[in-house]
Amino acid sequence: MPTSIVEVRNLTKRFGEFTAVDGVSFEIRQGEILGLLGPNGAGKTTTIQMLLGLITPTAGSIRMFGLDLATHRETILGQINFSSTYISMPYSLTVEENLWVVAKLYGLTNIPRHIDEVVKKLEMEEFRSKVTRKLSSGQMTRLTLAKAILTEPKVLFLDEPTASLDPDIAHKTRHLLKEVRRSAGLSMLYTSHNMREMEEMSDRIIFLQRGKIVTQGTAQEIMARFGQSDLEDVFLKIAREK
Amino acid sequence: MKLHRIVALITRHLYLYRRSLPRMMEIFYWPFLDLVVWGFITIYLMRFQGQLPGVVTFFLGALILWDVLFRAQQGITISFLEEIWARNLMNLFASPLKPSEFLAATMALSVFKVTAVSIVMVVAALVFYSYNLFLIGLWLIPFVLNLIVAGWTIGVLTTSLIMRFGQEAEVLAWGMVFLFQPISCVFYPIEVLPRWLQAVAWANPAAHVFEGMRLVLNQAALPLMHLAWATGLNLLYLALMVGWFHHTFSICKERGLLVRVGE
Repeated sequence: MPTSIVEVRNLTKRFGEFTAVDGVSFEIRQGEILGLLGPNGAGKTTTIQMLLGLITPTAGSIRMFGLDLATHRETILGQINFSSTYISMPYSLTVEENLWVVAKLYGLTNIPRHIDEVVKKLEMEEFRSKVTRKLSSGQMTRLTLAKAILTEPKVLFLDEPTASLDPDIAHKTRHLLKEVRRSAGLSMLYTSHNMREMEEMSDRIIFLQRGKIVTQGTAQEIMARFGQSDLEDVFLKIAREK
Repeated sequence: MKLHRIVALITRHLYLYRRSLPRMMEIFYWPFLDLVVWGFITIYLMRFQGQLPGVVTFFLGALILWDVLFRAQQGITISFLEEIWARNLMNLFASPLKPSEFLAATMALSVFKVTAVSIVMVVAALVFYSYNLFLIGLWLIPFVLNLIVAGWTIGVLTTSLIMRFGQEAEVLAWGMVFLFQPISCVFYPIEVLPRWLQAVAWANPAAHVFEGMRLVLNQAALPLMHLAWATGLNLLYLALMVGWFHHTFSICKERGLLVRVGE
């Protein structure tokens, strides 16, 4: 049984009276892709932001690589990275300059080699010298993915990583992520509103609704549990439950 | 603190200046215009040299030194705003970067800004008004250092407020420092202020620097006491503000404000 890289226990976040995440517990094993599914406002992004140390939990614990995030922030954050459609990169810098800054921030050595590799992997050669402001949304998504992979993390948090990519690049990106997972034993937490993608990418899925885990398991287990043949139907059923 | 993370952040901001005309204007255009306007005012006031001895050295010297404080403050606050505008705060604070490293980088950037602006102003003052700032002599060094630290303190205070209250508070980046200008006694001696405000001004390190500068220019006395007060107050305030920045950072993480600060 692969060891757990991420262990989340009774994670809770309250903003005043509103509970965004309510006693969530899960783990991510070495090399596993865990899908986080749920309607808007279910608590997915808040959960990821707590895992990234950007929001302090109200209760519960987050451990990664056997260390507590609250007390080993620097060590843990140096070994993880993230990509999200909701973030950007400095617009006035070129793609290459942005990647250089990220590499330096994470203390990489031989930075040009790392940049060349990631640029090649994500087919970014044609726009590596372009100012970020001039990138298309698809190119921008590839850049945020590149910055996430560049630092050779052990865990990757991906919040809708293919949301603005065309089917061809989205397919290549998924292929790349699976390849990175296979070659580097990378663990991932993955969110998407594309059910086929979730099914394709995730080893296990956690379904969040109003901050709580309502079901979890493989896509097949979840579909069987809800008597549906499609993950999207499960999503609709759960999302529409009062 | 890790030097490579500080260097990364400094480089990220220096890249910005390479291809940004508005940012270059911040260094060359505005300080230069400031100097031109105040230079003409000084020339006009020179007609009353008899009544106002040393008016040229006071005004232009004070203007250049005030800009040191102003740019030191801006170096910190604008660097933070740049991260908000670029929606880059999450990238930074989800990395191993510590808040103290972030502050260290912005302080280094403010020194870069102060140096660039000061060179422009000192050279322009010399060329256009035959004014040599170095008339102040070696005292200039502790004066400038104290003004940089005073600028940092106001910069850290302003940055904390923007982080806490969001982008709508960004106007403070340009306005906050002017709250301190009347009690910094940049262009007039402290005795001009009402007595109650004099007490407030004496608690302001910048006021001690400008009073000290006037002492040197009048060759009245050595400004040792003013320098001691300025240094002591600066160190106290900077320590308090850095502590407050860390406290605000924790509150922002607690309330989820850090991820929403640019919204």
